[in-house]
Amino acid sequence: MMEERNPLSCAAFQAQLPELIGSGEAIASHPHIRSCELCRALLADLETIAEAARQLLPIVEPPDALWEQIESAIKEEEGNPGKN
Amino acid sequence: MPHSRFPTQPPDPVPNPPAAEPAPQAPASHPVDKDLSPHPSEPPRGHPPVAPGAPISRPVDKEPRRGGPGTPVSPAVPFARAAAPNPAEADALARAQGGDHQAFAQLYSLHKRRIYSLCLRMVGNIAEAEDLTQEAFLQLHRKIATFRGDSAFSTWLHRLAINVVLMHLRRKGLSLISLDEAMEPAPDEGPGRSFGTLDPTLAGAIDRLALERAIADLPAGYRLIFVLHDIEGYEHNEIASMLDCSIGNSKSQLHKARLKLRDALRTDTRQEARR
Repeated sequence: MMEERNPLSCAAFQAQLPELIGSGEAIASHPHIRSCELCRALLADLETIAEAARQLLPIVEPPDALWEQIESAIKEEEGNPGKN
Repeated sequence: MPHSRFPTQPPDPVPNPPAAEPAPQAPASHPVDKDLSPHPSEPPRGHPPVAPGAPISRPVDKEPRRGGPGTPVSPAVPFARAAAPNPAEADALARAQGGDHQAFAQLYSLHKRRIYSLCLRMVGNIAEAEDLTQEAFLQLHRKIATFRGDSAFSTWLHRLAINVVLMHLRRKGLSLISLDEAMEPAPDEGPGRSFGTLDPTLAGAIDRLALERAIADLPAGYRLIFVLHDIEGYEHNEIASMLDCSIGNSKSQLHKARLKLRDALRTDTRQEARR
Protein backbone atom coordinates (compact mmCIF):
# COMPACT_ATOMS: atom_id res chain seq x y z
CA MET A 1 0.00 0.00 0.00
CA MET A 2 1.37 3.41 -0.95
CA GLU A 3 2.22 5.38 2.13
CA GLU A 4 0.76 8.81 2.58
CA ARG A 5 3.22 11.58 1.84
CA ASN A 6 3.45 14.73 3.77
CA PRO A 7 5.40 17.33 1.77
CA LEU A 8 5.90 19.60 4.77
CA SER A 9 7.23 16.77 6.80
CA CYS A 10 9.53 15.77 3.95
CA ALA A 11 10.80 19.35 3.64
CA ALA A 12 11.54 19.52 7.33
CA PHE A 13 13.23 16.14 7.34
CA GLN A 14 15.34 16.88 4.29
CA ALA A 15 16.44 20.15 5.81
CA GLN A 16 17.89 18.12 8.68
CA LEU A 17 19.52 15.52 6.44
CA PRO A 18 22.99 17.10 6.10
CA GLU A 19 23.38 17.15 9.85
CA LEU A 20 21.81 13.71 10.33
CA ILE A 21 24.05 12.14 7.72
CA GLY A 22 27.14 14.03 8.84
CA SER A 23 26.64 13.04 12.45
CA GLY A 24 26.54 9.36 11.59
CA GLU A 25 23.19 8.82 13.24
CA ALA A 26 21.20 5.74 12.33
CA ILE A 27 18.94 7.50 9.88
CA ALA A 28 17.24 4.29 8.81
CA SER A 29 15.47 4.15 12.12
CA HIS A 30 14.33 7.78 11.95
CA PRO A 31 10.51 7.87 12.23
CA HIS A 32 10.17 9.86 9.04
CA ILE A 33 12.28 7.45 7.00
CA ARG A 34 10.29 4.52 8.30
CA SER A 35 7.06 6.08 7.09
CA CYS A 36 8.08 7.91 3.91
CA GLU A 37 8.87 6.07 0.73
CA LEU A 38 10.03 9.24 -0.98
CA CYS A 39 12.68 10.09 1.59
CA ARG A 40 13.76 6.46 1.81
CA ALA A 41 14.38 6.54 -1.94
CA LEU A 42 16.29 9.79 -1.61
CA LEU A 43 18.46 8.41 1.15
CA ALA A 44 19.12 5.22 -0.80
CA ASP A 45 20.25 7.26 -3.80
CA LEU A 46 22.58 9.41 -1.71
CA GLU A 47 24.07 6.28 -0.19
CA THR A 48 24.54 4.80 -3.65
CA ILE A 49 26.37 7.93 -4.78
CA ALA A 50 28.64 7.96 -1.73
CA GLU A 51 29.43 4.29 -2.18
CA ALA A 52 30.13 4.71 -5.90
CA ALA A 53 32.46 7.62 -5.14
CA ARG A 54 34.42 5.47 -2.72
CA GLN A 55 35.02 2.97 -5.48
CA LEU A 56 36.46 5.52 -7.90
CA LEU A 57 40.10 4.83 -8.55
CA PRO A 58 42.89 7.23 -9.44
CA ILE A 59 42.98 5.85 -12.92
CA VAL A 60 43.93 8.94 -14.83
CA GLU A 61 47.45 8.77 -16.18
CA PRO A 62 49.25 12.10 -16.52
CA PRO A 63 50.87 12.79 -19.89
CA ASP A 64 54.42 11.45 -20.28
CA ALA A 65 55.67 14.95 -20.99
CA LEU A 66 54.77 16.01 -17.47
CA TRP A 67 57.73 14.22 -15.94
CA GLU A 68 60.05 15.89 -18.41
CA GLN A 69 58.68 19.27 -17.33
CA ILE A 70 59.09 18.40 -13.66
CA GLU A 71 62.61 17.12 -14.20
CA SER A 72 63.49 20.25 -16.12
CA ALA A 73 62.04 22.47 -13.38
CA ILE A 74 63.99 20.56 -10.72
CA LYS A 75 67.23 21.02 -12.63
CA GLU A 76 66.48 24.69 -13.04
CA GLU A 77 65.84 25.05 -9.30
CA GLU A 78 69.03 23.21 -8.48
CA GLY A 79 70.89 25.56 -10.77
CA ASN A 80 69.34 28.53 -8.93
CA PRO A 81 69.14 27.31 -5.34
CA GLY A 82 68.08 30.65 -3.92
CA LYS A 83 65.19 31.06 -6.30
CA ASN A 84 62.57 29.14 -4.31
CA MET B 1 18.51 -0.92 5.91
CA PRO B 2 19.62 -1.49 9.48
CA HIS B 3 21.74 1.61 9.91
CA SER B 4 22.73 4.77 8.20
CA ARG B 5 25.46 4.13 5.69
CA PHE B 6 26.93 7.58 6.34
CA PRO B 7 28.68 7.22 9.69
CA THR B 8 31.33 9.69 10.65
CA GLN B 9 34.38 8.18 12.24
CA PRO B 10 36.31 10.10 14.83
CA PRO B 11 39.24 12.09 13.55
CA ASP B 12 42.47 10.19 13.24
CA PRO B 13 45.22 12.68 13.89
CA VAL B 14 48.62 12.28 12.31
CA PRO B 15 51.46 14.60 13.20
CA ASN B 16 53.86 16.32 10.85
CA PRO B 17 51.46 17.66 8.24
CA PRO B 18 53.23 18.97 5.16
CA ALA B 19 52.12 22.47 4.31
CA ALA B 20 52.21 23.82 0.83
CA GLU B 21 54.53 26.76 0.34
CA PRO B 22 53.47 29.23 1.60
CA ALA B 23 50.88 27.97 4.04
CA PRO B 24 47.31 28.76 2.99
CA GLN B 25 46.03 31.99 4.47
CA ALA B 26 42.80 31.86 6.37
CA PRO B 27 40.39 34.60 5.35
CA ALA B 28 40.64 37.25 8.03
CA SER B 29 36.89 37.55 8.24
CA HIS B 30 36.30 33.88 8.83
CA PRO B 31 37.14 32.06 12.02
CA VAL B 32 39.12 28.86 11.82
CA ASP B 33 37.78 25.97 13.82
CA LYS B 34 40.42 25.75 16.47
CA ASP B 35 39.79 22.16 17.41
CA LEU B 36 40.47 20.95 13.91
CA SER B 37 43.99 20.02 13.15
CA PRO B 38 44.07 16.32 12.52
CA HIS B 39 45.90 14.99 9.58
CA PRO B 40 43.93 12.76 7.25
CA SER B 41 44.61 9.13 6.89
CA GLU B 42 45.66 7.66 3.65
CA PRO B 43 42.41 7.15 1.78
CA PRO B 44 42.92 3.71 0.33
CA ARG B 45 42.13 3.17 -3.28
CA GLY B 46 40.20 0.15 -4.35
CA HIS B 47 38.11 -0.26 -1.25
CA PRO B 48 37.10 -3.78 -0.38
CA PRO B 49 33.54 -4.77 -1.24
CA VAL B 50 30.99 -3.41 1.19
CA ALA B 51 28.20 -5.65 2.30
CA PRO B 52 24.69 -4.31 1.67
CA GLY B 53 23.64 -2.16 4.57
CA ALA B 54 27.14 -1.87 5.96
CA PRO B 55 28.49 1.56 6.88
CA ILE B 56 30.24 3.01 3.85
CA SER B 57 31.19 6.60 4.15
CA ARG B 58 34.69 6.06 5.45
CA PRO B 59 37.55 3.78 4.63
CA VAL B 60 37.66 0.91 7.05
CA ASP B 61 41.20 -0.10 6.30
CA LYS B 62 43.09 2.96 7.37
CA GLU B 63 46.83 2.63 7.49
CA PRO B 64 48.37 2.03 10.86
CA ARG B 65 49.93 5.18 12.21
CA ARG B 66 53.69 5.38 12.42
CA GLY B 67 55.31 7.31 15.15
CA GLY B 68 52.06 8.65 16.58
CA PRO B 69 51.08 8.43 20.22
CA GLY B 70 50.97 4.84 21.30
CA THR B 71 52.61 3.56 18.15
CA PRO B 72 56.29 4.21 18.59
CA VAL B 73 58.57 3.29 15.75
CA SER B 74 61.44 1.15 16.79
CA PRO B 75 64.72 2.99 16.40
CA ALA B 76 66.00 -0.13 14.73
CA VAL B 77 63.52 0.34 11.86
CA PRO B 78 64.58 2.91 9.30
CA PHE B 79 61.82 5.49 9.16
CA ALA B 80 61.60 5.38 5.38
CA ARG B 81 60.72 1.71 5.60
CA ALA B 82 58.21 2.36 8.36
CA ALA B 83 56.56 5.17 6.40
CA ALA B 84 56.45 3.27 3.13
CA PRO B 85 55.13 -0.26 3.49
CA ASN B 86 56.24 -1.13 -0.05
CA PRO B 87 59.95 -2.07 0.21
CA ALA B 88 60.69 -0.64 -3.24
CA GLU B 89 59.07 2.63 -2.21
CA ALA B 90 60.89 2.68 1.11
CA ASP B 91 64.18 2.22 -0.68
CA ALA B 92 63.35 4.89 -3.26
CA LEU B 93 62.24 7.26 -0.51
CA ALA B 94 65.45 6.83 1.45
CA ARG B 95 67.58 7.36 -1.65
CA ALA B 96 65.50 10.32 -2.85
CA GLN B 97 65.98 11.95 0.53
CA GLY B 98 69.68 11.61 -0.06
CA GLY B 99 69.38 13.47 -3.36
CA ASP B 100 69.16 10.53 -5.77
CA HIS B 101 67.32 11.78 -8.87
CA GLN B 102 66.62 8.30 -10.17
CA ALA B 103 64.93 7.44 -6.89
CA PHE B 104 62.85 10.60 -7.05
CA ALA B 105 61.73 9.62 -10.56
CA GLN B 106 60.72 6.26 -9.12
CA LEU B 107 58.62 7.96 -6.46
CA TYR B 108 56.99 10.02 -9.18
CA SER B 109 56.11 6.87 -11.09
CA LEU B 110 54.62 5.28 -8.01
CA HIS B 111 52.44 8.26 -7.09
CA LYS B 112 51.79 10.18 -10.30
CA ARG B 113 48.39 8.70 -11.07
CA ARG B 114 47.07 9.24 -7.60
CA ILE B 115 48.27 12.84 -7.40
CA TYR B 116 47.23 13.73 -10.92
CA SER B 117 43.79 12.18 -10.46
CA LEU B 118 43.37 14.09 -7.22
CA CYS B 119 44.30 17.39 -8.87
CA LEU B 120 42.11 16.71 -11.89
CA ARG B 121 39.08 15.86 -9.81
CA MET B 122 39.57 18.85 -7.55
CA VAL B 123 39.90 21.45 -10.29
CA GLY B 124 38.08 19.71 -13.16
CA ASN B 125 40.53 21.04 -15.73
CA ILE B 126 43.32 19.08 -17.44
CA ALA B 127 45.76 21.95 -17.95
CA GLU B 128 45.40 23.14 -14.37
CA ALA B 129 45.70 19.58 -13.10
CA GLU B 130 48.99 19.15 -14.95
CA ASP B 131 50.35 22.41 -13.57
CA LEU B 132 49.28 21.48 -10.06
CA THR B 133 50.75 18.00 -10.30
CA GLN B 134 54.02 19.54 -11.40
CA GLU B 135 53.93 22.00 -8.53
CA ALA B 136 53.14 19.24 -6.04
CA PHE B 137 56.13 17.17 -7.13
CA LEU B 138 58.37 20.22 -7.19
CA GLN B 139 57.38 20.94 -3.62
CA LEU B 140 57.93 17.30 -2.79
CA HIS B 141 61.43 17.58 -4.18
CA ARG B 142 62.11 20.65 -2.05
CA LYS B 143 60.70 19.13 1.12
CA ILE B 144 61.43 15.46 0.85
CA ALA B 145 64.44 15.65 3.13
CA THR B 146 62.16 17.01 5.86
CA PHE B 147 59.88 13.98 5.80
CA ARG B 148 60.39 12.15 9.06
CA GLY B 149 58.00 9.26 8.73
CA ASP B 150 55.46 10.45 11.29
CA SER B 151 52.77 9.39 8.83
CA ALA B 152 52.79 7.21 5.76
CA PHE B 153 54.70 8.85 2.94
CA SER B 154 51.71 8.58 0.61
CA THR B 155 49.54 10.35 3.20
CA TRP B 156 52.09 13.10 3.58
CA LEU B 157 52.42 13.56 -0.19
CA HIS B 158 48.66 13.48 -0.64
CA ARG B 159 48.14 16.23 1.90
CA LEU B 160 50.92 18.27 0.34
CA ALA B 161 49.17 18.01 -3.04
CA ILE B 162 45.84 19.05 -1.56
CA ASN B 163 47.51 22.08 -0.02
CA VAL B 164 48.96 22.96 -3.41
CA VAL B 165 45.50 22.76 -5.00
CA LEU B 166 43.88 24.79 -2.23
CA MET B 167 46.57 27.46 -2.54
CA HIS B 168 45.87 27.59 -6.25
CA LEU B 169 42.13 27.92 -5.73
CA ARG B 170 42.64 30.67 -3.20
CA ARG B 171 44.91 32.52 -5.57
CA LYS B 172 42.12 32.33 -8.12
CA GLY B 173 39.91 34.38 -5.86
CA LEU B 174 38.63 32.35 -2.98
CA SER B 175 40.87 34.26 -0.56
CA LEU B 176 38.99 37.50 -1.00
CA ILE B 177 35.77 36.36 0.55
CA SER B 178 34.64 33.74 2.95
CA LEU B 179 34.74 30.25 1.54
CA ASP B 180 31.32 29.78 3.08
CA GLU B 181 30.02 32.34 0.63
CA ALA B 182 32.25 31.34 -2.23
CA MET B 183 31.11 27.77 -2.03
CA GLU B 184 27.44 28.70 -2.10
CA PRO B 185 26.35 28.49 -5.73
CA ALA B 186 23.76 30.74 -7.28
CA PRO B 187 20.18 29.71 -6.49
CA ASP B 188 19.58 28.32 -9.95
CA GLU B 189 22.63 26.08 -9.55
CA GLY B 190 21.28 24.52 -6.39
CA PRO B 191 20.18 20.92 -6.38
CA GLY B 192 16.53 20.04 -6.29
CA ARG B 193 14.98 18.70 -3.15
CA SER B 194 12.75 15.70 -3.36
CA PHE B 195 9.17 16.49 -2.44
CA GLY B 196 5.85 15.34 -3.75
CA THR B 197 6.63 12.83 -6.49
CA LEU B 198 8.50 9.57 -6.41
CA ASP B 199 10.86 9.80 -9.37
CA PRO B 200 12.93 6.89 -10.63
CA THR B 201 15.79 6.11 -8.30
CA LEU B 202 19.33 5.16 -9.12
CA ALA B 203 18.47 1.55 -8.32
CA GLY B 204 21.64 1.04 -6.35
CA ALA B 205 23.96 1.21 -9.35
CA ILE B 206 25.85 4.03 -10.99
CA ASP B 207 27.96 3.95 -14.11
CA ARG B 208 31.46 5.03 -13.20
CA LEU B 209 31.95 7.22 -16.25
CA ALA B 210 28.60 8.91 -15.70
CA LEU B 211 29.60 9.64 -12.14
CA GLU B 212 32.99 11.04 -13.19
CA ARG B 213 31.23 13.28 -15.71
CA ALA B 214 28.70 14.46 -13.17
CA ILE B 215 31.45 15.23 -10.65
CA ALA B 216 33.36 17.23 -13.25
CA ASP B 217 30.21 19.23 -13.97
CA LEU B 218 29.59 20.16 -10.34
CA PRO B 219 30.04 23.80 -9.34
CA ALA B 220 33.57 24.25 -7.99
CA GLY B 221 32.65 24.49 -4.33
CA TYR B 222 30.47 21.41 -4.39
CA ARG B 223 33.09 19.47 -6.31
CA LEU B 224 35.83 20.37 -3.86
CA ILE B 225 33.91 19.14 -0.83
CA PHE B 226 32.62 16.03 -2.59
CA VAL B 227 36.06 15.01 -3.82
CA LEU B 228 37.68 15.58 -0.45
CA HIS B 229 34.99 13.76 1.54
CA ASP B 230 33.47 11.06 -0.61
CA ILE B 231 36.42 10.20 -2.86
CA GLU B 232 39.49 11.08 -0.85
CA GLY B 233 38.08 10.08 2.50
CA TYR B 234 38.58 13.20 4.59
CA GLU B 235 36.32 13.89 7.55
CA HIS B 236 34.20 17.03 7.84
CA ASN B 237 36.41 18.44 10.59
CA GLU B 238 39.49 17.92 8.43
CA ILE B 239 37.82 19.58 5.46
CA ALA B 240 36.64 22.47 7.61
CA SER B 241 40.20 22.95 8.80
CA MET B 242 41.62 22.79 5.30
CA LEU B 243 39.06 25.17 3.82
CA ASP B 244 38.62 27.49 6.79
CA CYS B 245 34.92 26.89 6.82
CA SER B 246 32.58 25.56 9.47
CA ILE B 247 31.90 21.85 9.91
CA GLY B 248 28.23 22.56 9.33
CA ASN B 249 29.07 24.23 6.05
CA SER B 250 31.11 21.23 4.98
CA LYS B 251 28.21 18.90 5.76
CA SER B 252 25.73 21.15 4.01
CA GLN B 253 27.87 21.53 0.87
CA LEU B 254 28.49 17.81 0.69
CA HIS B 255 24.78 17.12 0.94
CA LYS B 256 24.03 19.62 -1.80
CA ALA B 257 26.76 18.09 -3.95
CA ARG B 258 25.23 14.64 -3.57
CA LEU B 259 21.77 16.01 -4.38
CA LYS B 260 23.16 17.72 -7.45
CA LEU B 261 24.87 14.51 -8.55
CA ARG B 262 21.63 12.62 -7.99
CA ASP B 263 19.81 15.06 -10.25
CA ALA B 264 22.45 14.69 -12.95
CA LEU B 265 22.61 10.91 -12.74
CA ARG B 266 18.84 10.53 -12.81
CA THR B 267 18.70 12.79 -15.86
CA ASP B 268 21.26 10.50 -17.49
CA THR B 269 19.17 7.49 -16.55
CA ARG B 270 16.01 9.02 -18.00
CA GLN B 271 17.80 9.93 -21.24
CA GLU B 272 19.17 6.42 -21.51
CA ALA B 273 15.68 5.02 -21.02
CA ARG B 274 14.28 7.13 -23.88
CA ARG B 275 16.86 5.83 -26.36
